[in-house]
Amino acid sequence: EVDIRITGQIFALGQLFFKYSCNHVVLMQCVRLVCISALFNMVFFCFKVCTSRFWFNYRHVANTLSVYRSVKRLGIPDSHIVLMLADDMACNPRNPKPATVFSHKNMELNVYGDDVEVDYRSYEVTVENFLRVLTGRIPPSTPRSKRLLSDDRSNILIYMTGHGGNGFLKFQDSEEITNVELADAFEQMWQKRRYNELLFIIDTCQGASMYERFYSPNIMALASSQVGEDSLSHQPDLGIGVHLMDRYTFYVLEFLEEIHPASQTNMNDLFQVCPKSLCVSTPGHRTDLFQRDPQNVLITDFFGSVRKVEITAETLSLDRDVPGLESKFPEEELATEPLKYAEQLPVAQIIHQKPKQKDWHPPGGFILGLWALIIMVFFKTYGIKHMKHVF
Amino acid sequence: GGMAAAALLLLLLAAAGPGPGRADAGRERRDALREELLLSPLPTGDVAATFQFRTRWDADLQRGAVSHYRLFPKALGRLVAALGVRELHLALTQGFWRTRYWGQPPLQAPAGAELWVWFQPTVTDVDKAWKELSNILSGIFCASLNFIDSTNTVIPTASFKPLGLANGTDHHLLRYAVLPREVVCTENLTPWKKLLPCGSKAGLAVLLKAERLFHSSYHSQAVHIRPICRDASCLALSWELRQTLTVVFDFFSSGQGKKDWSLFKMFSRTLTDTCPLASQSKVYVDISPKNREKELLEVSPPPTSVHEAIVQGDRRTYAVYDLLSPSLFNTSRSLNVQLKWKRPQDSSEMPIPTLHAQRYVGGYGLQTGEICTLIYNTHPYRAFPVILLETVPWYLRLYVHTLTIITKGKENKPSYIHYQPAQDRSRPHLLEMLIQLPANSVTKITIQFERALLKWTEYPPDPNHGFYVGSSVLSALVPSVTAMKDMDVEQSPLFTSLFPSSDGSSYFVRLYTEPLLVNLPTPDFSMPYNVICLTCTVVAVCYGSFYNLLTRTFHVEEPSRGGLAKRLANVIRKFRGVPPL
Repeated sequence: EVDIRITGQIFALGQLFFKYSCNHVVLMQCVRLVCISALFNMVFFCFKVCTSRFWFNYRHVANTLSVYRSVKRLGIPDSHIVLMLADDMACNPRNPKPATVFSHKNMELNVYGDDVEVDYRSYEVTVENFLRVLTGRIPPSTPRSKRLLSDDRSNILIYMTGHGGNGFLKFQDSEEITNVELADAFEQMWQKRRYNELLFIIDTCQGASMYERFYSPNIMALASSQVGEDSLSHQPDLGIGVHLMDRYTFYVLEFLEEIHPASQTNMNDLFQVCPKSLCVSTPGHRTDLFQRDPQNVLITDFFGSVRKVEITAETLSLDRDVPGLESKFPEEELATEPLKYAEQLPVAQIIHQKPKQKDWHPPGGFILGLWALIIMVFFKTYGIKHMKHVF
Repeated sequence: GGMAAAALLLLLLAAAGPGPGRADAGRERRDALREELLLSPLPTGDVAATFQFRTRWDADLQRGAVSHYRLFPKALGRLVAALGVRELHLALTQGFWRTRYWGQPPLQAPAGAELWVWFQPTVTDVDKAWKELSNILSGIFCASLNFIDSTNTVIPTASFKPLGLANGTDHHLLRYAVLPREVVCTENLTPWKKLLPCGSKAGLAVLLKAERLFHSSYHSQAVHIRPICRDASCLALSWELRQTLTVVFDFFSSGQGKKDWSLFKMFSRTLTDTCPLASQSKVYVDISPKNREKELLEVSPPPTSVHEAIVQGDRRTYAVYDLLSPSLFNTSRSLNVQLKWKRPQDSSEMPIPTLHAQRYVGGYGLQTGEICTLIYNTHPYRAFPVILLETVPWYLRLYVHTLTIITKGKENKPSYIHYQPAQDRSRPHLLEMLIQLPANSVTKITIQFERALLKWTEYPPDPNHGFYVGSSVLSALVPSVTAMKDMDVEQSPLFTSLFPSSDGSSYFVRLYTEPLLVNLPTPDFSMPYNVICLTCTVVAVCYGSFYNLLTRTFHVEEPSRGGLAKRLANVIRKFRGVPPL
């Protein structure tokens, strides 16, 4: 059995082969080997959280989905993205266009698309699940798509949006996460070597308060507004009836639309993305914990997934009959009598079904104590000489 | 993306290795894909489209390590082998099938997510396997199936008998759970489409575009895995994976008020080519005449053939388009099946289904209530039994002594009752009854309940929305109008062969009622803040006063002589005879 770790690189290779084999399964005798360079030293992960519930918070879901879309477009596969959406806007009964989430007025851009995988949705988006995903302390039965499988060479992008205040972010209108908890979670990640570099973007009111308390190395943070300021929404759509996006994320999305996998734009350009004239609030950033100079950090270091691939011109021919690889189908013994389907409604059998025998439980402490009391009283009253008649 | 790449790479490596070009080239493929689409116009002017994709694999997943997956998706194959699953049925549904107006559904599912599984007798800890299974499926289908736990799982004793080959039916190996609050959207459709061998790139699956599928009255997608007979002698078994998707397009919103339908109008796409991995690919259009008169439905382009079948006890006629026949794409590159009505339909022609039901909550206030179920048997002279399965969450405390079943004014005693009371926070109520429905009657089943007050932390973030009670399940053997002959399961269309029929005089149908939305008494969640403020104020005032009384010392203070104004005021007061300031 072939066990392959799916990375964006092999996905791209697969696409290449698929195209050349014209949608058929072709018998290939000779295979041109593509040498997968061992130079991939960075694996890219993305963790997007939208924390708001209810229809009027449509814009937070649109924010998260637009960043998700940009990141997928730049090459990060779904297996490396953990997406949390606290409510369902696309198939909400109030959505006049089901299965769509728009980010631009007049319904120009559907950020929901046809190929979306939401890992945590609706009631699963809680502070506990968020911290568990970050720190990796998840119950063992959690499927892989719900885990952040990062290691010490991974660059992680964390994007959070919702309603927030000075030092906290509200989750689903019922609980909050504070900046201290978040800073501690990042420190746990650092201690457990779960990231190499981390970019934290937050789009809420007073967002800068959330990154004030960070103290782990290699974290760069961006926020949409300073302490005491509100982040404002961009534009409503009269057809849908709600605001479609927040200003800061809208301009970040416009900026990201121009990035392609080979672009050389660096973080300083991202810091300038939304001046006060467009955003009304003052975006902030924090780079003192980051070791590299933001000038040298490419946008694609966090948002995209760029690998190095070496193609060789060597050809390798494979033998038709490879010894040792026999058919894996074991010899099956046929049943001696024909197998049958079960009857769907066996009325006679159901009516005469024996009632399930109640499992016998030993009497509990109360019953035992009660009987002990009764017996003691009896013998105290009438004397111990009756004992031999009882037993 | 990950799964598609894995499938691709396996295909490539299999092709590069000793593939079908080996010495024994005569060895047949052991798996086959059949796909079909059934279009049935409904009496109210809507149209129902049912897709079925069936992958059949002639291998035993349980015995021996199978490592080469071709058409059968590896994710599900590994699941069945590792957890000892005998049968798996998962359905994700949005909307409700209106049986009264649309007729009996080919395959109905309750609103939300429904999962029922039969395990192999070799599984020792069924609960543990069930928990693992729901977690794995929640990852595969992007649904919150990990919320399935003991508070919403039941073990039915009479309903949900296995649909595949079964050796014995010990109901302790069965688990059933339903999550009525589950939302179905594109993120559930995407992994479902990725399980198909051709994905959504070729064949009938190109029609599955989310924007049209979710703009509908009813959308249900399901996955069924079960073992079936390999051939007529049934001495060996094969594993069957059926993926079904039923969608009902609304007459007003999708049809724009006109009863003429076409593939383009429904899906905004037409069929252009077939999936090269499919051995059969057909489109069936239901053109049965309603009143035994000549047909009033016209289909274009002309069908490849016409097929007659007895489906759900009724003789139906289908126009068949075989996508694999070369004559179909001769004239045009794309196939756009169009349905037109020859004459307007009378509203009196609407047939009433033999069995339909409805359920509602009665009562008032936030303390008590009543669940009423009405079951209608509209057959003129035949009576038949029906099993009703109700699962009620623990926070609606049912009073079984108030259970009444009334038919035609008289009490109707069920032949079999199984009731398992709930345990707070660990088990829901389970009520299963086998009721005989007399001909042409309405049966009313009522049971009263009391609403519980949950603990503070158990309320969801939006408690004022209400709490859902899952649909009840009605399983019945409905007498057929026309006797059904034993058909060859392999040759008949897929939509006729999901429920194995034992005799032709009746057909099995499983209906679901509406889910209920019940309000529980909800506390005011701002109360902790209010209480803290109030308590702190009271404590500050009381304690502060006592502290001051105990620790404050009082000095007599010499009054100051005062300023000029005071002296003047004192003078005036002396004149008035009033004591000075």
